[in-house]
Amino acid sequence: MRVLIDHISKVYTDRHGEVTEALRDIHFDIGENEFVVVVGPSGCGKSTLLNIIAGLLSSTSGQVIFEGIRTDSMPHTAVVFQDFALFPWRTVLRNVVYGLEELGLKKADQLEIAKKYITMVGLQGFENKYPHQLSGGMKQRVSIARALANDPLLLLMDEPFSALDAQTRTLMQYELSRIWEETQKSFLYITHHIQEAVFLGDRVVVLSKRPGRILDIVQIDLPRPRGEHLIVEKRYLEYVDAIWGYIKNQARECLEEGP
Amino acid sequence: MFGGRSMSRGTSFSGGMPETPFERAGIEKAIVQDKTSFLRMKEHPWLSIGSFVLILLLWEAVSRLEWVPPLFLPAPSGILSEGWTMLKTGLIFKHVFTSLSRILSGFLIACLLGIVVGILIGFFSIPEAIGNPIIAATFPIPKIAILPLLILWLGIGEASKVAVIVLGVFFPMVINVYTGVKNVDPLLIKAAVSLGSNRTRIIKKVILPSILPMIFAGMKLGIGIALLLVVAAEMVAADAGIGFLILTAADLMETKKLMVGLIILSLLGIFFNWLFKRLESILIPWKQ
Repeated sequence: MRVLIDHISKVYTDRHGEVTEALRDIHFDIGENEFVVVVGPSGCGKSTLLNIIAGLLSSTSGQVIFEGIRTDSMPHTAVVFQDFALFPWRTVLRNVVYGLEELGLKKADQLEIAKKYITMVGLQGFENKYPHQLSGGMKQRVSIARALANDPLLLLMDEPFSALDAQTRTLMQYELSRIWEETQKSFLYITHHIQEAVFLGDRVVVLSKRPGRILDIVQIDLPRPRGEHLIVEKRYLEYVDAIWGYIKNQARECLEEGP
Repeated sequence: MFGGRSMSRGTSFSGGMPETPFERAGIEKAIVQDKTSFLRMKEHPWLSIGSFVLILLLWEAVSRLEWVPPLFLPAPSGILSEGWTMLKTGLIFKHVFTSLSRILSGFLIACLLGIVVGILIGFFSIPEAIGNPIIAATFPIPKIAILPLLILWLGIGEASKVAVIVLGVFFPMVINVYTGVKNVDPLLIKAAVSLGSNRTRIIKKVILPSILPMIFAGMKLGIGIALLLVVAAEMVAADAGIGFLILTAADLMETKKLMVGLIILSLLGIFFNWLFKRLESILIPWKQ
């Protein structure tokens, strides 16, 4: 299986006919079991790109193609959103089975799959809590379990840890790295956080400020499993520095131009 | 060790500092007070009960001393004993049940209609285009003004009374549901779509639970309107019901009976409010 992001461009036209170019000619691919991170300054169209790949937004030109799969159904993706997007009227367990209900699975199978992923994200004992009873980090774990339970071909994550405090965020990065190694799925991860991108990714796609264009695609050759020890290593810091080199000027121009 | 070092630095700092205005004025310390304490409302449970009792007692005294003729203002004790006789003879039940059955059938039909229509015009563009101007045009008409027309169409019996309640309750419900649908978190709909829901599944699994609080708000508004309309309709044409009871009691100068009717209406209002609050806390457990 390979996901090809084939020359995607996106232009928004608002009610007054004013045109905003969000993405320009984005072209890269995501391999089987590959962890690809898209990093860029804020407002570079990262989320727009993710929504197009998830089938939640149409592109102006270009296509997203899933290769090497049975073509009789829509390609299966799942999204982890920045603001969790949990159903507040459903408990943890019922949130996780949501997609399984839509697939028409038997109740017993739903439960078995849900239990597996709830355990994977470390939420045993919280199955019957409502989202408002959970901390931010726990909410995002539920959201990850819900997405994985659906067994997507590609898991899309839209700045999933941006709403968390810095300490929780660091711990969740370790967790996510472990979960990816356990599931061996293709992940596409969107962030503005360079350290996070290098820590998690096999490859990092660096986007420019709006209109988002690809500045470079950096192969991250760091050993796995990755953990705490990594963030003091010289190679890791060099990758971070190199990507910061690309983004620094872009971000500064954004700051000076304003919104 | 750390503590000791920071302390010695602290003393050397204050030694070298010039005198502050406070020090010059000879003030050594000032304790910080909570400046928002006036925002916390005190509770006065005894005042609530006491004032209520006091008004009843005053009322009783005014009637007993005949400062106001009892025909215009009967004493609370007299009203109570009148109510008790009406309970014993079963007269009360006949009127209450007649009114309640009109309220409930009208209310339930209106709630169902309001929810269905509200979702349709909130979620689908064609029903919205058709429904919105019709609702905007008919909503401002006071529903009681339509009653004569309804009697002309449906006769003087139950149908016209139920119909006027349906009309009265339908509008607040449909407008609440429509607003609720429009305000459903679009992120939740995106999440549902990405997890494989189609449009009808989204209505059932995302829209309906999202708008439950708005449905309850509509029900609370609606039941007040239903009480108002049932009394009005029964005063126009009826042979039973609380409105009929009040109107005939007034015609016969039976002021006590009239007052009993008013008390029943007050109790019904309180009861429905309590009922909806209970239902809400049972059906919406995810709200703290």
